Amino acid sequence: MVTIITIYSILAVCLVLYFWKSKQKTFKAFKIAVKGFMKMLPSLLTILGIVGLILGILTPEIISRLIGAEAGFLATGMAAILGAITLIPSLIAFPLAGSLLRSGATIMTISAFITSLVMVGVVTAPMEIKSLGKQFTLLRNGLSFLGALIIAAIMGVII
Amino acid sequence: MRNIIKKFTVPIIIGLIYIGLAFWLPDTAERSFSVAIDYAKEMVFIMPPVFILMGLLEVWIPKDKIQQWVGTSSGLKGILISFLMGTLPTGPLYVAFPLTASLLKKGASITNMVIFLGSWAALKIPQLLVEIKFLGGAFTLLRFVLTFSVIIAIGFIMEKVFKNNPII
Repeated sequence: MVTIITIYSILAVCLVLYFWKSKQKTFKAFKIAVKGFMKMLPSLLTILGIVGLILGILTPEIISRLIGAEAGFLATGMAAILGAITLIPSLIAFPLAGSLLRSGATIMTISAFITSLVMVGVVTAPMEIKSLGKQFTLLRNGLSFLGALIIAAIMGVII
Repeated sequence: MRNIIKKFTVPIIIGLIYIGLAFWLPDTAERSFSVAIDYAKEMVFIMPPVFILMGLLEVWIPKDKIQQWVGTSSGLKGILISFLMGTLPTGPLYVAFPLTASLLKKGASITNMVIFLGSWAALKIPQLLVEIKFLGGAFTLLRFVLTFSVIIAIGFIMEKVFKNNPII
């Protein structure tokens, strides 16, 4: 909700300002917007479909079973991979992580899950590739995955 | 017509998978479908304003301004601006990709755009509040500091890698 209010407020301010400056130029912006949207539409639909499939199969219960009580590096690695391939809204992900922590998962595992969940997006990669290119996408996600593992290791040691 | 079908091949295949799943594992299919509908609702609200903002950015904001704010020689100021823009409550990460592409075209540096994307993905304000509530302040603070450092490191590495071959 906050998101929608923020983004529409920014848009409203910009639109009023720029329409007042030049109608013609601002209409050109709309044209660019429609063109960009049409270019992105297939990837958007793909993301929708894949997110649905992954979350339909990987329910919170199954994720808990995969990375819950089991300690050790295997669980941490599994958590990082699950985090990378899923796209879970934070309102679901953080409560899930909290309950996993209470039921015996290690800090390292939970950090790996959360960090790679937010930093690595396998599902959104098609869209990232379309906007920013294959090399950029692979490098950014690869380095982020590595970073997530490093962050998890440090957090496991400190906390 | 053929062109359209070609463009939408992957979504069509995924649609067929859903139909197959509905016969084979109806429970999973139902869950998947309702998740997809939830995300579709979010997209319907968020994508149009984002693309319009992208259009406005391309038409109205001059190149030298973007270079000055977040270009290669913007230094600490550029990092700070990219970080702050990223942490604003502005929706899921896939929204940021087309915006980032426009900014890169206008002369933003790779380091800053990686920081922008990273902050957008991992350091969003509403998300941090939820994190504090469920995982505690210490966890959140430590993850914030470590993630921020890693994002900046990735930014500098990628700037080096793409130094001689522009991506857009």
